[in-house]
Amino acid sequence: MPMHYSGLAMLDGTVSAFRNIGTRVINAVWRLGYAARFFVSIMAASGTGFRRFNLILREIYFSGVLSLIIILVSGLFVGMVLGLQGYDTLQRYGSEEALGVLVALSLVRELGPVVAGLLFASRAGSAITAEIGLMKATEQLDAMDMMAVNPIARVIAPRFWGAAISLPLLVAMFSTMGVYGGFLIGAVHIGVDAGAFWGQMQTAIDFQRDILNGVVKSVVFGFAIALISVFEGYDSDATAEGVSRATTRTVVTSSLAILGLDFILTSFMFRG
Amino acid sequence: MNRTTIDLWVGIFVTMGIAALVFLALKVGNLNGAQLADPYPLTAKFDNIGGLKARAPIKSAGVVVGRIDSIKLDPENFQAVVAMHIDSRYSFPRDTYATINTSGLLGEQYIGLEPGGDTDVLKPGEVLKKTQSAVVLEKLISQFMFSKAAETAPAAAPEPSK
Repeated sequence: MPMHYSGLAMLDGTVSAFRNIGTRVINAVWRLGYAARFFVSIMAASGTGFRRFNLILREIYFSGVLSLIIILVSGLFVGMVLGLQGYDTLQRYGSEEALGVLVALSLVRELGPVVAGLLFASRAGSAITAEIGLMKATEQLDAMDMMAVNPIARVIAPRFWGAAISLPLLVAMFSTMGVYGGFLIGAVHIGVDAGAFWGQMQTAIDFQRDILNGVVKSVVFGFAIALISVFEGYDSDATAEGVSRATTRTVVTSSLAILGLDFILTSFMFRG
Repeated sequence: MNRTTIDLWVGIFVTMGIAALVFLALKVGNLNGAQLADPYPLTAKFDNIGGLKARAPIKSAGVVVGRIDSIKLDPENFQAVVAMHIDSRYSFPRDTYATINTSGLLGEQYIGLEPGGDTDVLKPGEVLKKTQSAVVLEKLISQFMFSKAAETAPAAAPEPSK
């Protein structure tokens, strides 16, 4: 008899585990659909958002200008590390003049968009989510709805566009600082010929293939981070715990989205 | 509506971003560099192009004078047809020699033009007749080895008869 019971209990455990997986999958698909509908409603509300441009300007200030320090400093250090590591590897093959190409190519194509995107997601994306989540928890969004102010047009759309506009500019600054950092270490500190550093860089880097593709990446990442941040905030549970969970989820989801999108975009851009 | 400090900061931010983009385009990339002035087309046929790729430069005396548009295989005689554009400031004699060279030991390949002495110049759309294929390293090594073998073979052959 006891065996029968324990067998039933095990079956019960298995069933609830499967049920758990099912709930999670359905929930994820549900949220994905909701996020898509949310994106469409942001786009629909953006017309009024752009007419009140000072709202977007305010959000560019909060997510873009306030991220400047971290982006510029990390760009400089990433470039300096690339200069040191690249020189160490290249001098074994006697081609340390190619240092400029190595630094600029890796920054413009990959490191700029990805590292700046990751930094931006944790610096600005989390702040957007926390702000919107707290607005929801303190029923400010509901209050706006009551006053016939569309919270998506007034709160969500400006934050979305502020983040989406800021990231491509930040990525360009990150790459520039990185190239300059590589120049400081490579040409000024180590003593690679500065003319060869810039000259080889300019012949090897193609405007369309390398720089424009990097800009396309940064624009795509900007949209992805912006959508994830505002959606997680809007969809958070209206509690202190819910806001903290949503903030964590923003950073995790944005980081994974950046890396996944980066792989997909790279495989499209540099296949041949 | 009044001007605020936020406006100033956003203005500085956007200006810096655009300046960075311009820096990337002009200083890091080569947007201003090899712009061809009003280019005209030429084609050349090679037996073997090695690792030549589209968009590779055309150089004469080391100066970039054009770029490769496309590389196709001629189905009739199985030669590689390279279509290129040359800067209209430069015109080359009809007996110009087109060779495929490599910049440095491991660098990219490009087409070098060596002008001949003809007084007529190549007109747009014409075909470069005198070409030299890319040097394929394996062929060169095998040629060297076969010639070495041929050198030693006669020396080795008489030995048993002695």
